[in-house]
Amino acid sequence: MTAILEIRDLSVSYGASRVIFDASLGVRPGSVTVLLGANGAGKTTLLRAICNMMVRTRGEIRLEGQPIENMATEEIARLGVAHVPDGRGTFIHMTVQENLQLGAYGRRDHAAVGDDFERIFAYFPRLRERRAQPAGTLSGGEQQMLAIGRALMSRPKLLLLDEPSFGLAPLVVKEIFDILRAINRADGVSILLVEQNANLALSLADYGYLLETGRIVMHDTASALSNDDSIRRVYLGY
Amino acid sequence: MDALLFQITSGITTGFIYASLALALVMIFQSTNHINFAQGEMAMFSTYIAFTLVQAGVPFWIAFPTTLLGAFVMGFVIERFVLRPFADAPVLTIVIVFIGLLVIFNSIAGWIFGYEMQPFPSPFPHSWGTRLVSAHQLGIAVVTLSVLAAVYLFFRFTSLGLAMRAAAQNPVSSRLVGIRVGLLLAVGWGLAAAIGAVAGIMAAPIVFLEPNMMAGIMIYAFAAALLGGINNPAGAVPGGIIVGVLENLAGAYVVGTELKLTTALVMILLVLLIRPAGLFGRTLRTRV
Repeated sequence: MTAILEIRDLSVSYGASRVIFDASLGVRPGSVTVLLGANGAGKTTLLRAICNMMVRTRGEIRLEGQPIENMATEEIARLGVAHVPDGRGTFIHMTVQENLQLGAYGRRDHAAVGDDFERIFAYFPRLRERRAQPAGTLSGGEQQMLAIGRALMSRPKLLLLDEPSFGLAPLVVKEIFDILRAINRADGVSILLVEQNANLALSLADYGYLLETGRIVMHDTASALSNDDSIRRVYLGY
Repeated sequence: MDALLFQITSGITTGFIYASLALALVMIFQSTNHINFAQGEMAMFSTYIAFTLVQAGVPFWIAFPTTLLGAFVMGFVIERFVLRPFADAPVLTIVIVFIGLLVIFNSIAGWIFGYEMQPFPSPFPHSWGTRLVSAHQLGIAVVTLSVLAAVYLFFRFTSLGLAMRAAAQNPVSSRLVGIRVGLLLAVGWGLAAAIGAVAGIMAAPIVFLEPNMMAGIMIYAFAAALLGGINNPAGAVPGGIIVGVLENLAGAYVVGTELKLTTALVMILLVLLIRPAGLFGRTLRTRV
């Protein structure tokens, strides 16, 4: 099966400083792939490179076989890559409703957008309650839900998630991951997930990559990684 | 009593002109954090275009929208070709670019159209006039309020308007949802130029048409934008009206006509000292 996302020999830098070295990685259609690694390993940078966002890249990035490494961020988004960035990137002065509406901005099938509002409110009932509220007044968990909801409004082929658990209470994290699992199963959206919480991430993922100081040092199925001794010791803590 | 009432109503109508130009300033400030010092001169240049069309025999109500369209194209092109190359330049560089634009527009207008004052006839029928407000004042109110209402409806209810607000607030996230931020920035410049042109065309019958006609109005508009809140387009309208009324009252009863312009400078100073966010400036508390 051809990968939805295929990265080959990718190097990424901020200005003169190189952060990612010759990384290769693939995401299979309909799968959840996780990128694990410690703080500063380069996980966020790799996600940004996929969207050509604030970084310089060298190497190949293909979306369904089409090279995207030289495309502008907004054009990559229009091809069906929805990126939920670190810090969530919600439009804090705008209402929940407007944030979701913006998620559907690049779409041509305006008629179906109404249904998608309902679909997202079904996943995240709290967003429906707060639809008229400015996003900046939501709690951290609700903002993360809004960021994911906004990404889903674009009907993406590929969902990039940058640490959706960051700074959230364990119960909220569990809720969000349950919903991500449901979204992946029900809608068949392929997900590339960046997480520090390896335990949680591997429970959701099909396949995983381990990033250490800018290099991919290991990759395997999620179950194999969960049972790997070194991973268990360093990233799972048991 | 009549005299006072007259000062207030005429202040409100000139206030609408300040509000339009202030809105143009605020729109560009919101998306770039820069004050376009050339906004007034761009409006003046557009007014000359309208004047030339009318002189050539084009009916005013055709010349008016044609000029707005021309102003839109002018604003769009200036953003794309003059400002875009300076996108990452330091603030002072941008300020110099704006001052350069100001001088260029002023000189080109003088070069093409001459420096002598031209009477610009009011397009509104005399029958509109009443004892308290002249036909032109009423016309200003109708035209500028319609334009401001149209702008409000555009930003509030259209998908493009929503995307433009998003691009101004958070360009990074906007790109991630597929908004072509650069293109919309140029569209914003075009809209601002067109709104400024409305101010110029409405002001011309009052101040006469000449290359420096917008210099004073620009300072009032700046005061209006600051007073209304430089980051809140909705504040430009009350800001403009307050400035217009205060200016008129101060001119009539306090400082005299010659020193009227200083009231605008005093207002700018007071706003910056006491309430830099302006009366309606946005300060949303957020949770992280």
